[in-house]
Amino acid sequence: MKVIWNIIIKEFLQLKRDPRLFGIVFIAPVMQLIILGYAANMDVNTVHTAVFDQDKTTTSREFIRQFERSGYFEMDDYVDNYKQITDDINSGKVLWTLVIPKDFEKNITRKQTAPVQTIFDGSDGNKTSIVMGYVQGIVSSYSKSILLKATDKSGLKNPIVGSLVPEARVWYNPDLKTRVYMVPSIMGLILMVITTILMSMAIVKEREIGTLEQLIVTPIKPYQLIIGKVVPFIILGFIDVLVVLSVMIFWFGIGVRGSFIFLVFSSFLFVLSTLGIGLFISTISKTQQQAMMVAQFAIMMPMIYLSGFAFPIENMPKFIQYLTYVIPLRYYITILRAVVLKGAAFTELIPETLMLLLFGVVILFASSLRFKKRMN
Amino acid sequence: MYSIEVNKLTKVFGKFVAVNGISFNVNQGEIFGFLGANGAGKSTAIRMLCGILEPTSGDAILGGYSVMNQPDKVKTQIGYMSQKFSLYNDLTVEENINFFGGVYGLYNHKLEERKKWVLKVAFLEGQKHLLTASLPGGIKQRLALAIAVIHEPKIVFLDEPTGGVDPISRRNFWDLINELSLSGVTVFVTTHYLDEAEFCNTITLINAGNIIASGSSKELKTKYLTNTILEVECDKVVSALDILSKQKWIDETSIFGNYIHINVKDENVGRILVKKVLTEQNSINISRLDKIVPTLEDVFIYLLEKDENKNAE
Repeated sequence: MKVIWNIIIKEFLQLKRDPRLFGIVFIAPVMQLIILGYAANMDVNTVHTAVFDQDKTTTSREFIRQFERSGYFEMDDYVDNYKQITDDINSGKVLWTLVIPKDFEKNITRKQTAPVQTIFDGSDGNKTSIVMGYVQGIVSSYSKSILLKATDKSGLKNPIVGSLVPEARVWYNPDLKTRVYMVPSIMGLILMVITTILMSMAIVKEREIGTLEQLIVTPIKPYQLIIGKVVPFIILGFIDVLVVLSVMIFWFGIGVRGSFIFLVFSSFLFVLSTLGIGLFISTISKTQQQAMMVAQFAIMMPMIYLSGFAFPIENMPKFIQYLTYVIPLRYYITILRAVVLKGAAFTELIPETLMLLLFGVVILFASSLRFKKRMN
Repeated sequence: MYSIEVNKLTKVFGKFVAVNGISFNVNQGEIFGFLGANGAGKSTAIRMLCGILEPTSGDAILGGYSVMNQPDKVKTQIGYMSQKFSLYNDLTVEENINFFGGVYGLYNHKLEERKKWVLKVAFLEGQKHLLTASLPGGIKQRLALAIAVIHEPKIVFLDEPTGGVDPISRRNFWDLINELSLSGVTVFVTTHYLDEAEFCNTITLINAGNIIASGSSKELKTKYLTNTILEVECDKVVSALDILSKQKWIDETSIFGNYIHINVKDENVGRILVKKVLTEQNSINISRLDKIVPTLEDVFIYLLEKDENKNAE
């Protein structure tokens, strides 16, 4: 026990002397969370629009004003031929064009169907479908208002046509902001990057400078060395969780709806896996540079892609979905989102928690065995 | 009982035999020098004895414990200092002492007592708060050795301990090694400085994984080298060396500064022949021609070449 304590103290003394480390542990996560928190934003706020108004009447202008008033659209260009539409869309100046044909007003006053054309740039499919939704919403509420006005003008009580109106209420993230959804998972990402890299570096550094060999000659047992090396990084990881959570709560104003204690506990389980992975990297790397490369390209990039952080797992082909089952980050992100946004309780997340526990124990244990074998 | 008993110790990497069944014994308190060229198997052997590498076969008994069967016990008996500086540069002198002391189970009084000793030996009294990285090379080396024996082991292994250290620090370092040896610690040291080898009680020469000679410095010079070494001082040293190395009657030719050493079977015949080929046939002036006591270097060059020739055949 005293030997382990000795190693832990030594590890903290070394950390204290490394000024870069302060940056990595305290500054980098805060900066990353803030920058990513703003950058990882898939909301569509300003839609650049071109208008080809062939009708040029009060009604057509009134119709265009509906878009301006919604706050999402900006009318960047008024064009008078299709060539210009192509140019505007190709150059990326506008995302879509509203074409109002001749007789728009006439059709409406005659109580006939008035078609309008909308031309979209579909290269960013996600964004375009969001914008199409906005456009449809505006068009349908406008035609509803025409119907109501028409009834008034006739002076007769039209038979009321019953229609279905969905009254949508959005829970957990009522403004549908992607930031609210992304920030908790960025926290998972940062925790993974920092603990994995620091852990692997701490051991490879000793191998590089030759102190690991010195330690092998001493009566230190491998398990003592591993515990002594892992504990400081569990503590650092824990501090990072608190730092990142504070930024999330106080900077972005995203409160934790569920149990804070469960959140910290699941973070601890997750850190067991990342430290295990870090330890594994240290057994296959000779230099710190190598460890860095392996950590980034072989481990972290696939983890990020397959964790559901960026792309929804449900949309992946079946065989890729199976791959995601072995990604601990996947479970951690699920827990983070559920606890922070929905206030889910532990009882609703038992499978994820168990998987984290399982991975944590298995990875850390297997890596320790490998490390022990390499030491002897 | 010997302090170290090595019995048919072997290490094979794939098909490469790094250490080929070597056996030797070392007495308690002896300074045992392990010499050889780079890649001769020195470091592999020392790493097996320290428990860093597992032997392929054979065994060694250190302080009464077997490397193969009781590696944990062996570790409490030995200290080790490698060619790489193996303290933590980013810790202070005292933090290094506390860490390694603690690793060896030294606490409180015992630790303070040994800390005093280490600081004294490393010339660092009153400077324990210095960062280890800031120490000069020679002092670092002393500190590393003192810490390697902080737990007062019976045996200490030094793997090329004086690499990259200035001559005065090297001499001071050897004084420290002598002190350790006098206090009863067995010192097992590898080096390729032959002047350092002269300080060893026993020298063992290893080549291509085999021991090719062993004994005290004096024994090596007399027992293995029956020929005579003549030192030739002459002008046109380069062409003289060229001429002499082609002579069939000379076993060995090597250059030492401005002199040429030749290895001949008979002193008088040698003197006559040297004069004949250099002065009479090539008109090179010989200013001096002496029989000398061979240096260890003479012996080693002779033994290594003999061994290479034998391996080639």
